[in-house]
Parts: sequence; C-alpha cells; structure tokens
Amino acid sequence: MSKKVKKRLITILLSVLVLLIATLLITINLRDNIIYFYSPSELQETTINKRNIIRVGGLVKDGSYKYNDKTKIYSFVITDNSNEVNVSFVGIIPNLFAENKGVVVEGLAIDKVNFTALKVLAKHDENYMPPEVIDALKQEGQWQEE
Amino acid sequence: MYFKLPNKIIDELRRWLPILSLTTLIVFLVGLYFSILNSPPDYLQGDSMRIMYIHVPAAWLALGSYSFLALSCVCWFIFRNPNFNLFAKSIAPIGAIFTLIALVTGSIWGKPTWGTWWAWDARLTSMLILFFLYVAYIMTWQSIVNKELAAKISAALGVIGFINIPIIKFSVDWWNTLHQPATISKLSAPSIHISMLTPLLIMTFAYILFLATLFLIRLKIEIIEQKILRANK
Repeated sequence: MSKKVKKRLITILLSVLVLLIATLLITINLRDNIIYFYSPSELQETTINKRNIIRVGGLVKDGSYKYNDKTKIYSFVITDNSNEVNVSFVGIIPNLFAENKGVVVEGLAIDKVNFTALKVLAKHDENYMPPEVIDALKQEGQWQEE
Repeated sequence: MYFKLPNKIIDELRRWLPILSLTTLIVFLVGLYFSILNSPPDYLQGDSMRIMYIHVPAAWLALGSYSFLALSCVCWFIFRNPNFNLFAKSIAPIGAIFTLIALVTGSIWGKPTWGTWWAWDARLTSMLILFFLYVAYIMTWQSIVNKELAAKISAALGVIGFINIPIIKFSVDWWNTLHQPATISKLSAPSIHISMLTPLLIMTFAYILFLATLFLIRLKIEIIEQKILRANK
C-alpha cells in the first residue's frame, strides 16, 4: 500500500466513523418522534394533548373485545401486561384483528386510560405457521398465545 | 487493488450470460411452484402471506445491493480505480427496482393484513429513503456533465447513504413500528415453519441469480459505453 492510499484509507474510515456517530446521536435523540406508536405504559408517562392524533399499540386483552349493536361501537382493551388502555371505535375492523394479537390504534386520547380510535390497524407478528402445525401444537399444549 | 478488467470480459459475458439467465429462470419457476402451489397457507394470514416469498428476498437484496454499492464507492475513494464506479453504477438501478418491488408488494400485503396501504413507521419510511438514495445516485451520474466531478459526488453520496442500511435493519428493534420484527435473523430457530422456509430460501436463491444476471448485463453495457466514450475522445 502506498502512502497516498493509506492516507485516503484513514480519511475515509474516520469520516464514516464520524458519520455513524452523528447518525446514532440523532436517531437516539429523535426516538420520541420516530416511534410509530406508544405502548400503554409509555402513554402513562406522556403528557396528553387532547387535540393531537396519536397512536397506541399493544395486545388486545383476552375477553375484552365487544360490539354494541345499538351504538355500533366496538370496544376493546389494549394491554402491555402492566398497563391498559380502553379503546372505543366506530368503523371497519381489519380481518386479522383478534384477541391476544397485536394492534395499533390511531386516534385521540381522552385521558391516560381512555382512547377514541379513528383507525384500527392489526399488527402482525413475525411467526409464520401452517394451520395444521398450530393445531398440532395446541393439542400438545405447546402453543403459547402471546 | 489496481486491477484491470480482463480484455476479453465482453466475450466471456456473451458466452455465460445466456446460461446464467436460463438457470435463473429455472430456479425461479421451481421457487414459484413451491411458494404458490406447494406450500401451506399461514394459520392467520391465509394465502396473502405468499406475497412474503416475493417481498422478503427483494428487500434483503435491496439492502445487499446498497451495501455493495457503498463498498464500491469506498474502494473508489481509496484506490481511485474507475472500475469500482462501474460496479456501483451497474448495481444502482437494480437495487432501486428491488426496493420498489419490496415497497409495492409490502403495500399490497399491508392492506389486508394491517388494514392500511402505507404507514409512516420507521421501517417503511427508511425503506422509501433507500429508494430515493438509489435514485439520487443514478441522477448524479446522469445530470453532472463533468464525469470526474460526477464520480466524486456520486461516490460521496453512495457512502453517506450507507448509514441508512443499519437504520433499516434495526428500525424494527429500536423503535415501535407497525412492521413486525425479523423472522429469520436470530441465530436460534427461525419463527417460520420449515415448509415455508424452504420456498423462501429457493426464492432467495432465484433472486440472487437474477441479481447476478442483471448486474452482469449492466456491467457489460457500462464497459461498452466506456469504450465508446474513450474512442470518441
């Protein structure tokens, strides 16, 4: 390696390093702006502006999903196993929405535990399984609903 | 690394490209057979999960292509061998198309699964930025007439853009995103059944062959173009 090449190598490695550190600092500090949704626990710690549209995500609590025929309101509870948020929603629920599955709701927080959703998004997890395998796992009692 | 491309590279490429293209086609057909006809649907998503076989390899290789592009740019900065620019220039449009495939198929999958075509979460946004980075790289070459200047600016852009790659990769772990975390990145058992992993791996292999074919075709064009430029000087 000639001197020139060595010098260039050092320069570029240093610039890349500086660039990486700068990005890391920016992304870490922007964390609150980059997150797509708050978990119920994070919602407790945030100051809520009632006019701002925000998103809350977590698991749909088992047995909490209800539909009121008269008012056409869906209601369910989002949990992260330590805190809970009650959600009410009028509109179309996505097909993959289910209890014990992930969900992200977009809308207005009434207070720290009550939420009016304008949009409901089902959050898919990273598991891919054929139906037969799920049935087999369930029979053996090895399938754990998250 | 003061290497030269072999003199007969064009002849060699002419000889091998048809064979490579045919292999790509065959592997693709096998992969599509497994992913569409001979694999089970997902227990939750049903048949719409089959989009994954197109989506995931495209996204992987979009990231891989950019890493290759950035590495070529770094090597160009250090060794000033113009062949590195040929590599970067050849891979850029392919990476852009793969990114676009990942974005479009993801959107088609997102509608029935999430209930929305698009979300401004960290994964989707950073992937869109990757597409723009590819486009910007191509456009600097197109729009700057002075090719020496174009080489410098595009290489700088290629290197700077690389910071987006770890952001895309880890966005699902660092931030709350609508996009699910990686299925096959852990060293432990992947969260996908073997009957679905097999078609995915075949499709990935097909995509790699496809990428190699396109890359060599593009490289051939770039070399010929350079020869014409030199002859006209």
